[in-house]
Amino acid sequence: MSIDQSTAARVAKLARIKVEEDALPALAAEFNTILGFIEQLNEVDVDGVEPMTSVTPQRLTRRKDVVTDGGQQPKVLANASDAREGFFAVPKVVE
Amino acid sequence: MTDLNTLTLADARDALRRGDTTSKDLTEACLRAIDGAGALNAFVHHTPEIALERAAEADKRIAAGDAPDMCGLPIGIKDLFCTEGVPSQAASRILEGFLPQYESTITAQLKSAGAVMLGKLNMDEFAMGSSNETSVYGNAVNPWRRSGEDTQLTPGGSSGGSASAVAADLCLAATGTDTGGSIRQPAAFTGIVGIKPTYGRCSRWGVVAFASSLDQAGPMTKTVRDSAIMLGAMCGHDPRDSTSANLPVPDFEAALTGDIRGKKIGIPREYRMDGMPADIEKLWDDGAAMLRDAGAEIVDITLPHTKYALPAYYVIAPAEASSNLARYDGVRFGHRARLDHGDGITEMYEKTRAEGFGAEVQRRVMVGTYVLSAGFYDAYYNRARKVRTLIKKDFEDVFAQGVDAILTPATPSAAFGLGEMSDADPVQMYLNDVFTVTVNMAGLPGIAVPTGLDKQGLPLGLQLIGRPWEEADLLSSAYALEQAAGFVAKPGKWW
Repeated sequence: MSIDQSTAARVAKLARIKVEEDALPALAAEFNTILGFIEQLNEVDVDGVEPMTSVTPQRLTRRKDVVTDGGQQPKVLANASDAREGFFAVPKVVE
Repeated sequence: MTDLNTLTLADARDALRRGDTTSKDLTEACLRAIDGAGALNAFVHHTPEIALERAAEADKRIAAGDAPDMCGLPIGIKDLFCTEGVPSQAASRILEGFLPQYESTITAQLKSAGAVMLGKLNMDEFAMGSSNETSVYGNAVNPWRRSGEDTQLTPGGSSGGSASAVAADLCLAATGTDTGGSIRQPAAFTGIVGIKPTYGRCSRWGVVAFASSLDQAGPMTKTVRDSAIMLGAMCGHDPRDSTSANLPVPDFEAALTGDIRGKKIGIPREYRMDGMPADIEKLWDDGAAMLRDAGAEIVDITLPHTKYALPAYYVIAPAEASSNLARYDGVRFGHRARLDHGDGITEMYEKTRAEGFGAEVQRRVMVGTYVLSAGFYDAYYNRARKVRTLIKKDFEDVFAQGVDAILTPATPSAAFGLGEMSDADPVQMYLNDVFTVTVNMAGLPGIAVPTGLDKQGLPLGLQLIGRPWEEADLLSSAYALEQAAGFVAKPGKWW
């Protein structure tokens, strides 16, 4: 499997990382090196093998579906680059 | 008396309890050592006021006879741990200015045990790297040098600042985290001890997430005994981490008998790689001989899927990272790019993440995005998870044959020069973790112990891998290895 520049551009878009046009060839080449390394996995016979969901044989613990925390609006907003009137502010999303 | 900053945790604890010194004196000695070690670039956020305040509190507790083991002992904290009101930016530009409003479970436990935080330690950005060169702060430097040379060497990564600081006696010990080898590889590169406990032993709450199914924190210390002491203070059940194990924490230090008579130690044949440096091969053979002389039975074992651990890791870890790092979007915390007129929210995300993430982090987030994307999920991500099942089964089979621990080299080489790998492709750097990454994939405990020097005078370490949840037994075997190896070398001070 070889990644071309348009695939690299699509992946960058999906990852929401701006990549300049002139950086795409190098990026595609790096992807190909890494994916080439990963291709080795095709040598392994995985027929009938369950994909791992938990490395330790434990179920994720559950708790009651109730509010356990809250009332910390100033703390929640303390690190926002733009917080106004108790909200996170972002550029206009809906026209 | 020796310089206080050079003490081990155990010796400092005992000195405090005898009244031979105070936490204030210990802390001031470390702060002086840190001030004189700017060239190592290990400490990247200094917290002397917090340190002296905690030292004063610790001295009161010690005087009152209420002193847990870690009380009054000055340590460094990897920048990956959220510490309330203290910069915690995972060595990334994207978390510049971020001040956590809360304390990670591990640092909260260390704090309540009376440990003194000296500051935050350098690391690879988001713990992605093996040389500390992806850090926004610039790389940390290894206090060790090749004999007769002044080439600057990497302390390893990602916990490179922690390793450099402990090896250079800037602190008595430090926290590290390990997703593919990030405690054990830097420990080996700097001649110190580092243990990654069983997955679920230490809470991940408040530790900046890289790959959640692999990440584990652990101590980086001068001796095995110190690792036992500090691990006891770091682990325990935490309801705020859904994968935290609800198991009692044994007294790891009390278990350090070093008696390994009758124990079965496995030597995995797949770890003997082509082109392995002769120094590493000899170190490994010597280590096996030491354990045999101490009464252990050395057996050859096979872990057939070893070769596939690293490629499977480079699917699973980036996949999880791409998901975990989606939160850095310029909205809730950290850096937000300056926007041009007309830019919408998508441009805000894309510019913020392009400016905030370094090259290696961007690469891994994008690889992760790719292997999880429609059409490739089965071919890459699901296949890697199946291979992970097989890797874990390799270990289960060996343990079922009665093997108590597995001995391997910790790293494929000694510390390399900073910048030496800059022209190599990313995969060459990834090979640093070839002996350690299997342990994360299988969720097992692993410890790196310094056991020798190479021809150039650089430290080398061996790794012992234990059964799940049997850190106490693993530490005791590591203690036996440490005693037999008698590694006491320290780097000559040049900084």
